[in-house]
Amino acid sequence: MKVIISNSSSDPIYEQINRQIKAQIISGDLAEGEALPSIRKLAQELQISVITTKRAYDELEREGFINTVSGKGTYVAVQNQELLKEKKMKIVEEKLAEAVSEAKMMGIGLDYLEDMLRLLFKEDQ
Amino acid sequence: MNNAVEIRGLRKEYKGFTLRDVSFTLPRGFIMGLIGPNGAGKTTVIKLILNLIRRNAGDIKVFGLDAIKREAEIKARIGFVHETPRFIEDATLKDIKSAIAPFYAKWDEKLFGSLIEEFSLPLDKKFKKLSHGMKMKFQIALALSHDADLLLMDEPTSGLDPVFRRELLERLSGLIQNEQKAVLFSTHITSDLERTADYITLINDGEIVFSLPKDVIKEKWGIVKGARELLAEKSRSLFKGIRETDFGFEALIDDIPAARKNFDSGVVIERASIEDIMIFMDKGGDRA
Repeated sequence: MKVIISNSSSDPIYEQINRQIKAQIISGDLAEGEALPSIRKLAQELQISVITTKRAYDELEREGFINTVSGKGTYVAVQNQELLKEKKMKIVEEKLAEAVSEAKMMGIGLDYLEDMLRLLFKEDQ
Repeated sequence: MNNAVEIRGLRKEYKGFTLRDVSFTLPRGFIMGLIGPNGAGKTTVIKLILNLIRRNAGDIKVFGLDAIKREAEIKARIGFVHETPRFIEDATLKDIKSAIAPFYAKWDEKLFGSLIEEFSLPLDKKFKKLSHGMKMKFQIALALSHDADLLLMDEPTSGLDPVFRRELLERLSGLIQNEQKAVLFSTHITSDLERTADYITLINDGEIVFSLPKDVIKEKWGIVKGARELLAEKSRSLFKGIRETDFGFEALIDDIPAARKNFDSGVVIERASIEDIMIFMDKGGDRA
């Protein structure tokens, strides 16, 4: 597991942790059933508050990415493949929405945006 | 009992200074920083927890036990670090250790030895020959060597270099890997708290300003900066403190989302550091 905390970021630290762990689960870098460090261990390693790491884990658990077995530890949850696909789609959707709102702000029309997307898509292949 | 320290309605009157209605709770497994300007009452609170001075009113429970009735039992489980280390000046560190260790049932000679080595403390030297920083390190080594359930430290980081301060803070988060233990320390070096502290209690002029999880403070407290024309009377009520100059104003707020709604544009809203909060609160006099 990799977590890098930026102190200059305007995102709260718990969100940074949440996002990074989530990305690693979705990409498969963190495998199903893999053990995560305890909240206290992670707090010590990252030199941050226990409450912060607890909040990050709580949200990951609520979103179904991890499971906590009391007295044993925290593990990457068994991902429902359908759900995982949905989550990945949602990330793509979010990024596109971001691009759309940026485009609107700059007065770029749908046609031009479509062209851009097509170009980018081909470039990557 | 899940609280390491529980304080309710604490009051202590001195000539010219009153500590009043102090209440806060430190759960086990967490680190709390007690901050405030000099003379705010931090040391008084710590002395009252240890029952070193008499209180005028209020309740203090340590590990769920009454701090007065069960004083001896409680003290055996506290590792205390005093702001100005005081031991017999002419005694060597080894002698001081030998005099103190028997008081603690859980004294760990091996741990003490390794701390002494790690902190490079000269055991054969007389206490008075040490620098302030060395005295502090010696005191910290003693406090850490008897498996205390609560570390109570009054300005432990003052006079220590940044490298050792960081090491100490790491050690504190190491300590609370055991969820039964807790740390309460006062400091005016706010950077010590920005990272590892779980709770922050700010005390000013004898009163608690807040006692909150640090994350709540970091998320909600902010500084609004803008031109003075934007200062409407109604917005002043949001401010916890304000600084006005010829060129604009800067104000402390405790609810960033509310402030965003109030000032739709034209102002800059930034997250407040602990230091910002301390400085603005201290100027409470010009509060709106």
